[in-house]
Amino acid sequence: MSARVAVIVFPGTNCELDVMHVLEQLGGAPELVFHTETSLGGADAVVVPGGFAHGDYLRTGALARFSPVMAAVGEHAAGGGPVVGICNGFQVLTEAGLLPGALQKNAGLKFLCATVECRVDSTRSVLTAGAAPGAVLRLPINHFEGNYICDAATLDQLRADDRIVLRYVDNPNGALDDIAGICSEQGNVVGLMPHPERASDAVLGSADGVVLLQSLLDAATARSAAA
Amino acid sequence: MHRQLGLTDGELGDIEELLGREPTELELAMYAVMWSEHCSYKSSSVHLRRFPTEAPWVLVGPGEGAGVIDVGDGLAVAIRIESHNHPSAVEPYQGAATGVGGIIRDIFSMGARPIALMDPLRFGSLDDARTRYLFEGVVSGISGYGNAVGVPTVGGEVVFDDCYRENPLVNVLCLGLLPIERLVLARAEGAGKLAVLLGSSTGRDGIGGASVLASAGFEEGSEAKRPSVQVGDPFEEKRLIEACLALLDAGLATGVQDLGAAGLSCAASETAAKGGAGMDVDVARVARREPGMNPVELLTSESQERMLAIVEPKHLDEVLALCERWEIRATVVGRVTDTGRFRVFDGLFDAVGVAGTNPPLPSHSLDSADVKPSPSDPLAAPLADLPCESLGNGPMYTRPISPPADQATLNAADPWESLAENFGPGTDCSDDLLALLATPTIADKSWVWRQYDHQLFLNTVVGPGGDAAVLRLKGTSKALALATDGKGRFCRLDPRTGGRLVVLEAARNVACAGAEPRALVNCLNFGNPEHPEVMWQFREVVEGISEACEALGIPVVGGNVSFYNESRGADIDPTPVVGVVGLIERLDGVPPILRTIEREHLVVLGTTRAELGGSEWAAVVHGLDGGMPPVADLDDARRLHSFVSELVAGRSVGGVHDCADGGLAVTLAEMAFGSGIGFTVTPEADVAAAAWCFSESANRVVVSVDARPLPHFLRRAEEAGVHAVDLGTASGDRLIIDGVIDVGLADAECVWREAIPNALGASATAE
Repeated sequence: MSARVAVIVFPGTNCELDVMHVLEQLGGAPELVFHTETSLGGADAVVVPGGFAHGDYLRTGALARFSPVMAAVGEHAAGGGPVVGICNGFQVLTEAGLLPGALQKNAGLKFLCATVECRVDSTRSVLTAGAAPGAVLRLPINHFEGNYICDAATLDQLRADDRIVLRYVDNPNGALDDIAGICSEQGNVVGLMPHPERASDAVLGSADGVVLLQSLLDAATARSAAA
Repeated sequence: MHRQLGLTDGELGDIEELLGREPTELELAMYAVMWSEHCSYKSSSVHLRRFPTEAPWVLVGPGEGAGVIDVGDGLAVAIRIESHNHPSAVEPYQGAATGVGGIIRDIFSMGARPIALMDPLRFGSLDDARTRYLFEGVVSGISGYGNAVGVPTVGGEVVFDDCYRENPLVNVLCLGLLPIERLVLARAEGAGKLAVLLGSSTGRDGIGGASVLASAGFEEGSEAKRPSVQVGDPFEEKRLIEACLALLDAGLATGVQDLGAAGLSCAASETAAKGGAGMDVDVARVARREPGMNPVELLTSESQERMLAIVEPKHLDEVLALCERWEIRATVVGRVTDTGRFRVFDGLFDAVGVAGTNPPLPSHSLDSADVKPSPSDPLAAPLADLPCESLGNGPMYTRPISPPADQATLNAADPWESLAENFGPGTDCSDDLLALLATPTIADKSWVWRQYDHQLFLNTVVGPGGDAAVLRLKGTSKALALATDGKGRFCRLDPRTGGRLVVLEAARNVACAGAEPRALVNCLNFGNPEHPEVMWQFREVVEGISEACEALGIPVVGGNVSFYNESRGADIDPTPVVGVVGLIERLDGVPPILRTIEREHLVVLGTTRAELGGSEWAAVVHGLDGGMPPVADLDDARRLHSFVSELVAGRSVGGVHDCADGGLAVTLAEMAFGSGIGFTVTPEADVAAAAWCFSESANRVVVSVDARPLPHFLRRAEEAGVHAVDLGTASGDRLIIDGVIDVGLADAECVWREAIPNALGASATAE
């Protein structure tokens, strides 16, 4: 039984087909879910992929949180279901209040597309459960607003709860505490700026993202079996 | 009146003759844009016929939205290149952004999903503050639009030369992929079909863009032309792509056409003319962005992100529903007729009951011009009524041709004659290498391409910074190689040879990726066609490109001509930019790229002569810009390309790099930077050492070869008729060319990496 993953599509999303491609290659059963839907159709897990949802107008993710599908994503998350936001998806999850903090413009005030090293600093999330603690992964980043920020109390909490799942080895965008990815208290909601789907095949330069997306599929399968 | 619009007295006479009366104001405005140089190619078409355009795999040649070739496995590739030079000179961000938007629409109008962009760019010297503003603005515009619209930018070039100081060249190439059965041509056939305008509302932006901006030179005060530049909205375009591809997939549209230069006049009349039909357009059906717009503005506006779809009336409801899903405005603005006439009405469709409704007028409309009563008999009073094909059949000119008066003097000034005195045997050239690595044209361009998403769609096996981009075709064993090249300085010295050299370089880059060339597109950037010297350069370049394409068996499947690239009366160097797409039949992992392997031998393929005319070393480092360009031997090229492509495809080499700007010294240095390994090589004895280092002789490639198979390798080269010389080995941390150059790898790399960020000052160090 393949893990069923809802891949959310807002107008302006552009990484949905890439995520579909890799999840299929890993044996998952992803399905595109348009933003006007009010149900996830019984999916075991959700990916909010990268792109420019609603053109990133007003502010990244600011309009997407009002799309009808986000209520269903919120319910899924509240019930412990796996939800992963990649890049623009991370921005959407913070705007929707599913993850704390915000993503502001890169310190260099330039869009940045590059492959960078990220260290797995916590394996208590659905995305990093299968990775080796401390492992360094080569993952592409591709963003203008990837500079993570939160207040001091939130940062203390994230550290105390071991919720900082990925840190940049050499901080490319000014993110607070080198944060590349965080998770919710339960570890079922994860947001990260790097694109694991772009590191899915050695011919593209790195296959280090596979361990992350495989973890997600394993979590989805486990949830499906438990249901 | 007609002169203000850019029409000559003779052209007005032609219009009056074909109509048999004086044109209406609207007719005159439409002829003015459609017969402009930009839309009609009136100065160039007599020469463009020279291009070879046929090959068994060509599905669509020049003259459509894009060229299309069959790549097997049921897939086809659509490709096109265009210029957005003048808009970018006036407003760099929006000029570049809308260039990207326009070329993408050309690609998906063929039914192809746009999967890659390339941006060949040319600017003046970075010492100039305005050039820095233009450079940063253009790169931001490409990044801002291309990334958001969701099409990766996988390569391009950036060249700096003072002749482009006030007239930068912003060319953009787009490549799309489609299942062959989805291939569509924009044709309005079958009376009764409807023309549905999709996308943005129509505003006053870009009115006269084709005639005012693109078809005349700049004088002082070109900022006054800023209202002729359009503003782009990548989010609208992204939804248009999805909506149009969905319409074609579902068979709901028989064709879609981009509204580009000359806006609705061009799109509507062209689709009808190509379908041998007629078209009625009702301006009351066009959604307006602002109050008080008149029919001339509505028909010639170049507002971005608009497409015209031809649909059967029975499919209209489904079309409108699909557009609503993607939040795309869709209004019926035209109907196909069998009259052969292009007619424009105001209020006809509501009066005679054509499907659809008039869109609401802008809500803030206070202008009485919008609140006209419907004409009592709109059919009797068309605002325009002309033969459909007449808009597209503009005048053709055979302009006077003569070589520039200083051509012979220029050619006689061979730079090596002056340089040889100072660079005799034993002269150290280390500083000359460092100076070359620091010239912005040669220096590292990652400051540029790190701002471009170059990875989307998971196809990019080799991205920007290499000889050619390599894109895998998922679901097949194949891949595409794509390269763009141009060298204005060679073309200025000898346009015919220059035209050949540009094709050879792009084809060589594609060969370095292990590919066979399949198609070429060209963007011909020239000065004022009313100057006989410019038309001489144009004819010669077209001849040179044609000769090289014929020799290499590459069909030309599309192109674009940009004239009037000049300011204050000085024409730019003739600058043809070509894009070549090649096919890799079987991609097994990442092909050997721009690098060396520790202890492997560095072998140069091809012959090096003391050819310094137009070279970066002579012209940029030493300010000697005369002479003749390198010899462009087409037989040598054919042999070299097939040998190199076979080596790379068969993994017989560990690294490979085309030898071009800066010559062998720069080529070897770039390979060293690619791997972090230095080299020690010996120059060939039959050429003076300095000339050997920096000559830009054509038809050369450097490869990295393992020591053991080396003798066999050299024999293979000899059998293939390719001159091959083992220069030395890769190792250590210094770049050593015996007796000429000895510099530290780290120092050289630092100079090369920092040149562009340093030239831009504080804005780059913030990274």
